[in-house]
Amino acid sequence: MQASSSNQVHRSSHRLEPVLSKAGWLAFCSLLTIACVVVPILHAALPTSSALQIPTYAVTILGKFACFAMAAIAMDLLWGYAGVLSLGQGVFFALGAYAMGMNLMLSIGSSGVYRSKLPDFMVFLDLKTLPWFWRPFDSFWFAIFAALAVPGTLAFLFGYFSFRSRIRGVYFSIISQAATYALMLLFFRNETGLGGNNGLTDFKNIYGYSLQSDATKVALYILSAAGMCGVYILARWVTTSKAGRVLRAIRDQEARVPFTGYNVVHFKVFAFTLSAMVCGLAGALYVPQVGIINPGELQPANSIEMAIWTAVGGRGTLVGGALGAWLVNAAKSWFTVVLPEWWLYILGTLFIAVTLFFPRGIIGVFARSKA
Amino acid sequence: MVGCVFSTATHAALADTWAADVLALGASDVNEQVRAVNRIARRGGTEAIALLEALNDTSLQIDSTGAAYRKRSSGGVVPIGPHSPMPPKPPIMAPVIDNELRRALEMTLATLRLTSPDSRVRRRAAEEIARQPNDSLAPVVRQMLVSERDVHVRRALALSLAWVDVESLDPSVRIKALLAIADSPGTAFKPAVERILSQTEHRKPVEVDAQVRAAASKALSAIRWLETWTNLLSNLFYGLSLGSVLLLISLGLTITFGLMRVINMAHGELLMIGAYATYVVQQLFLKYLPNHSDWYLVAAVPAAFFAAAIVGTIVERLVLRFLHGRPLETLLATWGVSLVLIQVVRQLFGAQNVTVANPAWLSGGIELFAGFVLTFNRAAVILFSLAVVSFVWFVLSRTNLGLQVRAVTQNRDMAASMGIATHRVDGWTFAMGAGVAGLGGVALSQLGNVGPELGQGYIIDAFMVVVLGGVGNLAGTFAGAMGLGIATKWAEPVVGAVLGKIVILVLIILFIQRRPQGLFALKGRAVEV
Repeated sequence: MQASSSNQVHRSSHRLEPVLSKAGWLAFCSLLTIACVVVPILHAALPTSSALQIPTYAVTILGKFACFAMAAIAMDLLWGYAGVLSLGQGVFFALGAYAMGMNLMLSIGSSGVYRSKLPDFMVFLDLKTLPWFWRPFDSFWFAIFAALAVPGTLAFLFGYFSFRSRIRGVYFSIISQAATYALMLLFFRNETGLGGNNGLTDFKNIYGYSLQSDATKVALYILSAAGMCGVYILARWVTTSKAGRVLRAIRDQEARVPFTGYNVVHFKVFAFTLSAMVCGLAGALYVPQVGIINPGELQPANSIEMAIWTAVGGRGTLVGGALGAWLVNAAKSWFTVVLPEWWLYILGTLFIAVTLFFPRGIIGVFARSKA
Repeated sequence: MVGCVFSTATHAALADTWAADVLALGASDVNEQVRAVNRIARRGGTEAIALLEALNDTSLQIDSTGAAYRKRSSGGVVPIGPHSPMPPKPPIMAPVIDNELRRALEMTLATLRLTSPDSRVRRRAAEEIARQPNDSLAPVVRQMLVSERDVHVRRALALSLAWVDVESLDPSVRIKALLAIADSPGTAFKPAVERILSQTEHRKPVEVDAQVRAAASKALSAIRWLETWTNLLSNLFYGLSLGSVLLLISLGLTITFGLMRVINMAHGELLMIGAYATYVVQQLFLKYLPNHSDWYLVAAVPAAFFAAAIVGTIVERLVLRFLHGRPLETLLATWGVSLVLIQVVRQLFGAQNVTVANPAWLSGGIELFAGFVLTFNRAAVILFSLAVVSFVWFVLSRTNLGLQVRAVTQNRDMAASMGIATHRVDGWTFAMGAGVAGLGGVALSQLGNVGPELGQGYIIDAFMVVVLGGVGNLAGTFAGAMGLGIATKWAEPVVGAVLGKIVILVLIILFIQRRPQGLFALKGRAVEV
């Protein structure tokens, strides 16, 4: 291990650590195979009577979790590595989701309730023509681009102005939460032109494929799972680079970093923007699977929940974020069905217990027991 | 008083005809009712006015002996005049009034009140008549104006005539009417005055007489001036009352966030607990002291303070004590606490909102002048918030605990080495911050709905105030809250409530660009923590 890593350093002067160790690559590839090959096979090849068969609804739920895991990795990249706790990650997620939702909305065409070429809610609001900012969303690829660019731009601007004036730590958390709240109010308005209270829903097709069909659902799941793995590698690639080292320096001792010649603002803005774009991508993959996006997704509570996914799994590990997202959401799915009145107690206790007793999360507990 | 002596002297005879007249008010024949109204009016006096007023607003109740009572909106009856013994003897009837009777009644009542020897009664009657156009009363008013001496009554009477006279064919009457309007302007006259100043399709003035037009523009500018002031005052009042609410919700946070560096996301839930404590006290009063239920609010103030302080102490002991100097962790942990508290309240009181009623002495308001009502509950919130601020200021700057709190805030280690038990001070400080949040909850319960999610809506505003005002600074919080309140009320009519919120937020972020430490920066080494 030791030898191979020093070997890596030697070969690439920009990378202080390998993106993944050999064992890591092995684990990663097997996980990728399980997620993207084994699960679909278990779903499609086995008869429905089999205990191992994964039903369609479960595949969709797994796809949803993969999107959450992506958002959690983005959160970890920002919080675990740069030490910036943004309580507005849900905004970027929702913006990505809205961008994709707009394309899905337009691809309904005239088969909506009102048989109009306009989306139903616009007919309802008595609009005659498509608002200008809806027009480019006719194109699927523009929607994908917007799902990355809109959150990215917003994060860049918000981050630049905040970090530049040295708003950091809890102040940044609070301000980002307030901005989230304000944006939620904005999206609740009918005048914003994004469906108001009801949001966007009743999607029929994506890129010409029916959203009702089994194959589309499985394909979306595979995309989400692959996306999650891809995002993980991307995040590893960033955090193992020199930039990643600078980010960690900022996290641990922000006041000293400028003296080593690095511009703190640039690095933080970079991490924030990247994390926002990943969240946007996650949202874009999320919306066709759940079939609805409304302003409820922008609630400040959702953004804070993303922080707890990361904290439960273990901050500053990337794997931890993904793991936490899966575990917390699996628990949520189960409890809200079986013991709905207990879920808030569990979630609340989770917040308290993780911060008090397991500040390094599940990964931290395992790492300690191994050592 | 004279009437009273007189009535006891010839009690039986008078009471007979009085009772007979009152009973006749309940007759099914309108003509008989009108005759009874006229007989009662001829009798005159405050008792007759009270009786006819009650008849006019359909709150009159007559018992079987002909005694009259007024039904209160809150339930129960009050006797009218000395001939009505309590309780009324059933069967009780409420006279029915139709339009014919109402017209007769209006006229009679107006005459009766305008001839009252008491100038205050006359003035009130005249002002009421002047509030809306009333052609049928104009002759009566004109007649009264001849003999009236009191300047205020005269002014109100002239104003009530102005409704009719602006349409008069005689230009000099129109001018007089417009000058009366200019003399005591009201927004209700605006359409009529603007009509006079408007132009026809051919760009010709509607009003041909230049002198009338001059009088009309004088009246219009007086109305506009009044409108400006009304807007200004009501914006200021609503801004101050919103600012007071913001102050109450953020004051506790200034203490816990500012002084202890604890990001208490459960602060909103402490507000909620204060509001629910108010609800519980109200229910206890309704059950055990129903006759004094209006005073539950007074008892709710200490109850809410201690309820929130106790919950706060528990949270501090069990959670926050272990997270010292790790503000981001306190943020997450207290968010967890808030989720638990919401669910506890939901299970104890249900997910639905509960009703917390304004006590009678807080409902309603006084109309300071046309279009501007000073509501008592908002005025009370302003006073209450000032009282709470004074209390907090007193504790922090004039007590031993406050001295220790400030010492710990400035330099924890140094304070500890001077012999201050920092942990104990933390406990007391947090309890006080939580208790003050509970007081905020009392105020919120009087202004809006009380439900388990009450606190969630306020937490972000509270943090904004603290960030804007400068952390841990009472004066800053005060200025921040009031400034934010007034700015919001100014922005709302211009850009709408939601955009207003966004605009204010953007302004706060821009403001922090210029002054990262808030309005009032702490000086010294403690700043760069």
